Formats: sequence, C-alpha cells, structure tokens
Amino acid sequence: MAKIKVHGLPFSSCTARVLACLNEKQVEYELIPVNARAGDHKKPQYLSLNPFGLFPALEDGCLTLFESRAIIKYLAKKYEGQGCPNLLGSTVEEEAVVEQWCEVESHHFNPPCYALVSQIIINPLKGGTTDEAVVESNAEKLSRVLDVYEDRLSKSKYLAGDWFSLADLQHMPFLHYLVNDVGKATLISSRKHVNAWWEDISSRPAWKKIAVHMKFPSK
Amino acid sequence: MALIKVHGHHFSTATCMVLCCLNEKQVEYDFVLVDLPTGAHKKPQYLALNPFGVVPTVQDEDLTLFESRAIVKYLAKKFKGQGTELLGNTLAEQALVEQWCQVEGQSFYPPASTILFQTVLFPLRGGTTDEAVVEINIGKLNRVLDIYEERLSKSKYLAGDFFSLADLQHLPWTQYLVTACKKGDLISSRKHVSAWWEDISSRPAWKKVAEKMPK
Repeated sequence: MAKIKVHGLPFSSCTARVLACLNEKQVEYELIPVNARAGDHKKPQYLSLNPFGLFPALEDGCLTLFESRAIIKYLAKKYEGQGCPNLLGSTVEEEAVVEQWCEVESHHFNPPCYALVSQIIINPLKGGTTDEAVVESNAEKLSRVLDVYEDRLSKSKYLAGDWFSLADLQHMPFLHYLVNDVGKATLISSRKHVNAWWEDISSRPAWKKIAVHMKFPSK
Repeated sequence: MALIKVHGHHFSTATCMVLCCLNEKQVEYDFVLVDLPTGAHKKPQYLALNPFGVVPTVQDEDLTLFESRAIVKYLAKKFKGQGTELLGNTLAEQALVEQWCQVEGQSFYPPASTILFQTVLFPLRGGTTDEAVVEINIGKLNRVLDIYEERLSKSKYLAGDFFSLADLQHLPWTQYLVTACKKGDLISSRKHVSAWWEDISSRPAWKKVAEKMPK
C-alpha cells in the first residue's frame, strides 16, 4: 500500500499539525516539500491538490484532503486502533467536548496567534514592518482567551478531559511559536495550569520530532 | 427525558446554525433567549455556561456544549438514524464533509462576518462603515466563491451529491449576505453557487429559522 503523502513545509503550522498527528498514530508518511519561495503553492499542480493554495494537502490513495483540522480528524478515525488511543474521545459526549475545544482553538485561539506570528515574523521576512498596535491588541485578546484556558485546565488535565486529545494537539504549532519565536512566552509561563499543560504536551515524543524542524527560514 | 435547551438569540448566525440542525434532525428543543442587547451573554449566569460569553450554548442532560460547529456535529452524531443524515456514510465521505466544514470556518466565515459587521452591525451601534475594509473582504470572499463555483460545477453539494453539515454551516452567513448586507450579487453572479444557494435555502428546516432573522 502506498504511503500517505503530505505536501507542505515542516515550519508551516498547519503542516506540523498533520505531521504531529501522523506521529501520534504511528503512521509512516512521505513529506513532499512545496517550494513556497518559487510560488509553487499557487501553481496549477499544487492547486489541483488544494485549490486554496494553502499548506498542507494530503494524499491517501485516491483520497485528497486539505484543511489540517479535517485531515487530523480523518487520520484519528482511520487509525483508531493504533498509536495514541482516544484522540477523538470514546463516547458521543466525549467526542463533543473534543470538538468543542477544537473549535475554540480554531476561532478564539488561532486568530490572535496568527496575527502575532504574521506581524512579528512573517511581515519582516517579506521586507515589511511590524505594526505594534496590532501586536498589542492581539496579545490582549489572546490573554483573555488564555484566562479561560487557565480556569479550564485548573479542573481538567487536558482540554477535553483527563486524556490527551486532538483538541490539545491542534494547539501545539502556534503554542510552539508563541513560546519560541514571537517573544510572548510569558503569556504561557505566567499561567500555572496553562504552563503545566504546555510542558506536558510539548514533551510528547511525537511532538518533539516535529518541533526540531519548526524553524522559520531566514530572509 | 428533558428537552435539549438552546441558549441563544434568533438573530445570531451561530444560534441559527444550531436551530437549523435541530430542525433537520427533527429534534424538539427549548429555546432560552439570551438578551444580547442588554449584555446578558457577558453576565456571570451565562458565563457559567459559556466562558467565552458568546451564543449559543446547548444543554443536553448533563452535557453543556458551546461552539456552534461542535454542537451541530454532536447533534448529527447523537441523532443518527432520524431526520436528515448530515455527516456522510463512509470514512472518505466524512472526511470531505469535515474538510468543507473547515473551509467554511476558516475561509468563508471570516470575510462574511467582517462584511456583516461593517455594513450592518457597526452602523446599528452608531459606527461608520469602513468601505476599504468592506472592499478587501469582498475581494477575499470573491476568491473563495470562485473556488466554490468550480467545486459546485462538479458536485451538487460541497462534500458530494448529498446535503451535509458542510452546506448547512453556510446557511446563516449567506442569508445575511444576500439580505441585510445587500451583497446578493456575490451569489447570483455565479451559476452553480446560485443554484446551490437556491436549493439549500429552500429547505423547510432552514426556512423556519430564516423567517425569524432580520432582513
């Protein structure tokens, strides 16, 4: 059977999310780098895999999928019987709570994180500037979101309950950037339970293999 | 067994998504109005249900859930076997439903909600529409809808030849784009997107929700 193919780049948050899931499920794969500098992700060959021209795209036999948060759900279901168990939850109610915190990541956590990375890392890489007002307002938004997480994680070891799930995994790439690349580590380290959660999930072997490659290219 | 409770507001797109799903699944529910204009969603009683202070929140026996896209998935799974099937039957179909649900959440909703905020909600609160922001977001939405046009030229619905959560998730925002925002041309100018919109917006489960939304 052909290996799963992941088209993307190891420092792309969404690619990293998928690779982390593949590692957690102990699934072999082939990573096919896409030359973003040459604009290959906007050319017909890549657009036929992902018409939005974003990373990653996954090929599994005849099935092609995009949107990392959909891909990891597919992998967690397909490989339910191997690797880290219960990434999705094991009852309808548990699955619902996993989904809920996955959506929280998508709509409350990701937008301000994305804005911070864009302003502090991506803009300068492209020769632009950092808008400090945008950085400040998004750091504030993220603070308020993390206050909710602090309260949740004071009652629950992981976001969905007492087990590691896709909801925690989904957060890892941007948590990594916050702590390592954009100078906002105190947002995490100043919150006792959020910090303990980050220490725990970032020490997972499946994640550590990904994290070493998450380095933004220099200009 | 107690009825499912939906805490929300009839004008809220996210609430409408959940109500539509309940209708599609033929599930009875209790609607509990959260008085948004008076800030009820930011008060301790509501924050105890949903710490993010947004609507809707659903209570089903011991389970309390927020985030509309998580709620509709829960309902679609719990009530599998009654009403409309919304998730797809095979692993591959379910993956495609999930993919297009994510496209809605990541690529359609952000520009659509910005256009709604700028053209309707902000002026209602005494603010002024920032036309440059509207223009940028219409541009983004145009590019997304071009992709939808291509997809829907090959597939009756987003995930395949069956109506699914992926289509349902688009109903509330598209309703406002076409009515209150007066941006119907974004839809009507695209043959397959237009046919898709006509189809999904004429579903009885949606019409019952839409009639309570402001025009």
